[in-house]
Amino acid sequence: MGFTVSNQGDVTVVEVEGQLIVGNRQELKQKVLEDLENGARKFVIDFSETGYIDSSGLGVLVSLSKKIREKGGELRLSSLNEDLRTLFELTKLDTLFRIADDKAAALEGF
Amino acid sequence: MRNDLVLEIPSDPAAIEHAVDLVVRRCDNSAYCRRKLELNFRVGLMEALANAVLYGNREDPGKRIRLEIAFLRYSIEARVTDEGPGFDPETVPDPTTPENIERPGGRGLFLMRNLMDEVRYNEAGNSVTLVLHLEPPTQLDDAASA
Repeated sequence: MGFTVSNQGDVTVVEVEGQLIVGNRQELKQKVLEDLENGARKFVIDFSETGYIDSSGLGVLVSLSKKIREKGGELRLSSLNEDLRTLFELTKLDTLFRIADDKAAALEGF
Repeated sequence: MRNDLVLEIPSDPAAIEHAVDLVVRRCDNSAYCRRKLELNFRVGLMEALANAVLYGNREDPGKRIRLEIAFLRYSIEARVTDEGPGFDPETVPDPTTPENIERPGGRGLFLMRNLMDEVRYNEAGNSVTLVLHLEPPTQLDDAASA
């Protein structure tokens, strides 16, 4: 369970391995906010290696998206599996985020 | 409620995932619907435990969470009880409305209610019982596995 951060051009890509849950959500928040403070404005969080996200994880994504927008940036999400899509649809967070089918699609035109 | 499994869990967010894994693994033999277990039950139970750890016991290391599980023929019941003062679940706003959707919190109870078949709180609001119905196998499933 962990996060891998890389840069693709001026886009910060964070891959979530395992779960995004109450036990590790602060780690993701710190990593993204650190990059935001250092000037990054474009972020993709990729869930191709993610089993599930709980409400704390969803809350962190909402909070990060807001902070990034306040700085004039954008957060995109990619590669949600069927279960994760269900959670986003249930909570209507699919209306709040731009969600791409995969990482390449998220990076396209960013 | 029948108790097939009882766990005493510390008020530590790191303990939640292990407890949920243990319970889901114990479900294996009785489960007809893997997706309902892996999505509905797993997430519903995680939310109940997270609420108990974070908001019930406020991560107080001196307090514990009691988790009781009943594996029934066509359903699973889970009761999560914390040592906090409790709360009124009716006061939690709908997190999907336009005015609340950008709030970071408030989705745990919503997910429990939407993923589980029953969610019941005790009067004090410090104990929640979750029920998930698992459909029995159909005749077609029986024939396929024969």
